[in-house]
Amino acid sequence: MSALSAVVADSATITRRNLIKVKRVPDLIVFATLSPIMFVLLFRYVFGGAIDVPGDVSYAEFLLPGIFAQTIVLGSTTTGASLAEDLQKGLIDRFRSLPMSRAAVLIGRTVADLGLNAISIVVMALTGLVVGWRINSSVPEAIGGFLVLLLFAYAISWLMAVVGLLVRTPEVVNNASFMVIFPLTFVANTFVPLESFPSVLQTFAEWNPVSAVVQAARDLFGNSVAGAPAPDAWSLQHPVVYTLLWTVGFLAVFVPLAVRLYSRTSTR
Amino acid sequence: MTPAIVVEGLVKRFGATTALAGVDLSVPEGSVLGLLGPNGAGKTTVVRTLATLLQPDEGRVEVVGLDVVRDAAQVRAAIGLTGQYAAVDEYLTGAENLEMVGRLYRLGRREARSRAAELLERFDLVGAASRPAKTYSGGMRRRLDIAASLIARPRVLFLDEPTTGLDPRSRLGMWEFIADLADGGTTILLTTQYLEEADRLADSMVVIDRGRVIARGTGDELKAQVGGQRLELTVGRGPDVALVRDRLRPLAAGEAQVDEQTRRISMPVSGGTDALAEALRRLEGSGVEVLDVGLRRPDLDDVFLTLTGRGTEEAESPDAAEQAGREPATTAGGAR
Ligand SMILES: Nc1ncnc2c1ncn2[C@@H]1O[C@H](COP(=O)(O)OP(=O)(O)OP(=O)(O)O)[C@@H](O)[C@H]1O
Ligand SMILES: [Mg+2]
Repeated sequence: MSALSAVVADSATITRRNLIKVKRVPDLIVFATLSPIMFVLLFRYVFGGAIDVPGDVSYAEFLLPGIFAQTIVLGSTTTGASLAEDLQKGLIDRFRSLPMSRAAVLIGRTVADLGLNAISIVVMALTGLVVGWRINSSVPEAIGGFLVLLLFAYAISWLMAVVGLLVRTPEVVNNASFMVIFPLTFVANTFVPLESFPSVLQTFAEWNPVSAVVQAARDLFGNSVAGAPAPDAWSLQHPVVYTLLWTVGFLAVFVPLAVRLYSRTSTR
Repeated sequence: MTPAIVVEGLVKRFGATTALAGVDLSVPEGSVLGLLGPNGAGKTTVVRTLATLLQPDEGRVEVVGLDVVRDAAQVRAAIGLTGQYAAVDEYLTGAENLEMVGRLYRLGRREARSRAAELLERFDLVGAASRPAKTYSGGMRRRLDIAASLIARPRVLFLDEPTTGLDPRSRLGMWEFIADLADGGTTILLTTQYLEEADRLADSMVVIDRGRVIARGTGDELKAQVGGQRLELTVGRGPDVALVRDRLRPLAAGEAQVDEQTRRISMPVSGGTDALAEALRRLEGSGVEVLDVGLRRPDLDDVFLTLTGRGTEEAESPDAAEQAGREPATTAGGAR
């Protein structure tokens, strides 16, 4: 078997194994979809009236791309917690003693989590349509919007893989990533327009990759329509390019790092 | 014949702890080596190094003629590992666990499935085959774990305390199974805390303590060092201990051990039941209250007492001993 087909075959075996867990523990998928639905409803109806959005879009249209981004970035944290759990239960040792590809456990993990994220997005999009969100662009643009979101989340998964292999305790991985991810997703244009931030935070938010992802999604879904002032920062004028730069950068750094950590790690 | 496992001058350190301080082993192809030692001796560290999970700090480690660091990938294709703690996926069924491992050993789909069915049968797990492993008892998990390591018929098998946690019946079953595998030509390295187990399964044994080999040989050779059977007596009253020791001294084939606290006297004897009868005759009319008396085969503890002058309980790693010294109050509770 060639090296590449071995990686693919092993990764597929591991992905299947991870998805079996989702099937056996349906709570996982229930909560993965309920919390975004809750977020959509909360922001739409509790804060919706209080938050002014620029231009001619409704708050629902402004909000949904933000919720998409926040949910899938949070969804990527499962990668870290699940790897830490495998490590704790000795499964990583078992895998490391097998003649399988060194990257397969990580690829299988991140791909399964990508699948879960895709399901979350579909559920949120459907909820969004119910509460007034609309796609005002072409089909290819809309597909592009979903792809940019998922690709960025996939890159975050690899960062989380590194965190999981370093921190090694599922609960700690979860808490640690919430501490990083909540500020990242809130100090951004996710839920409120950037103009409402004080200036220091505003600069941070402008260059925050999460803002770019959200901006890219808004542009591609046609949710940032005429009337809104043009953004000042380059990152938000070219959100797709800026997001892809971050995505490629994350993958270039964290894929090799995670594989290296995986090859060295062991339960004790 | 070339050895299937060669370990020369293996040193492994974890920070300030030296887990292995120069271990040498050689296991001929098709034979079974029993690696014995108390808690913290370094057994698991040897196994994990052989299975490519840990890299040696010094020394040469080869499995089927391949270096475990340089040729790790090829080594992994030739070995099966059952670690000290069962590593099965709880959410997968027994059959799914085995098929997954089979696929990762590069068996075809059909072969993985048929091997899995065969092993489920062999390990008495057919009834539980389609239940998630989460629902298995400890012994069932253990058996599933061992089955997983056998799925690709490895040439060399590592078993780290394979019978710990099994009930007596399962233990016997496991012994039979390991003996069958050995008959089939698999080279096996198994670790254990029980001399009896190693004696029963292994062609030769290596005893390690604090990361060093302190004895090696066949079961008979080791027992000869310790001295055949042991006569053990427990008496009811403290002052009787010395009396009994003096009266029985002529029977002892070696140094007698006396534990004042439990009022137990233990000595190597030769002559089996004759020695027992003679001992009882000598105590007749002495007024000594004997609570318990018997002959038993030497165990690892005796090997240890003879070889190191300490029992296995005292042989724990230095840091464990230190900790016990610092917090004497917690020793009864088992701080781990
Ligand atoms: N990852 C690690 N980090 C630090 N110390 C370790 C590590 N692994 C093992 N040790 C130490 O190395 C020594 C040998 O441990 P090892 O697990 O090999 O012993 P063992 O003979 O298998 O014991 P047991 O019978 O309790 O399983 C112990 O002192 C242990 O504390
Ligand atoms: Mg051990």
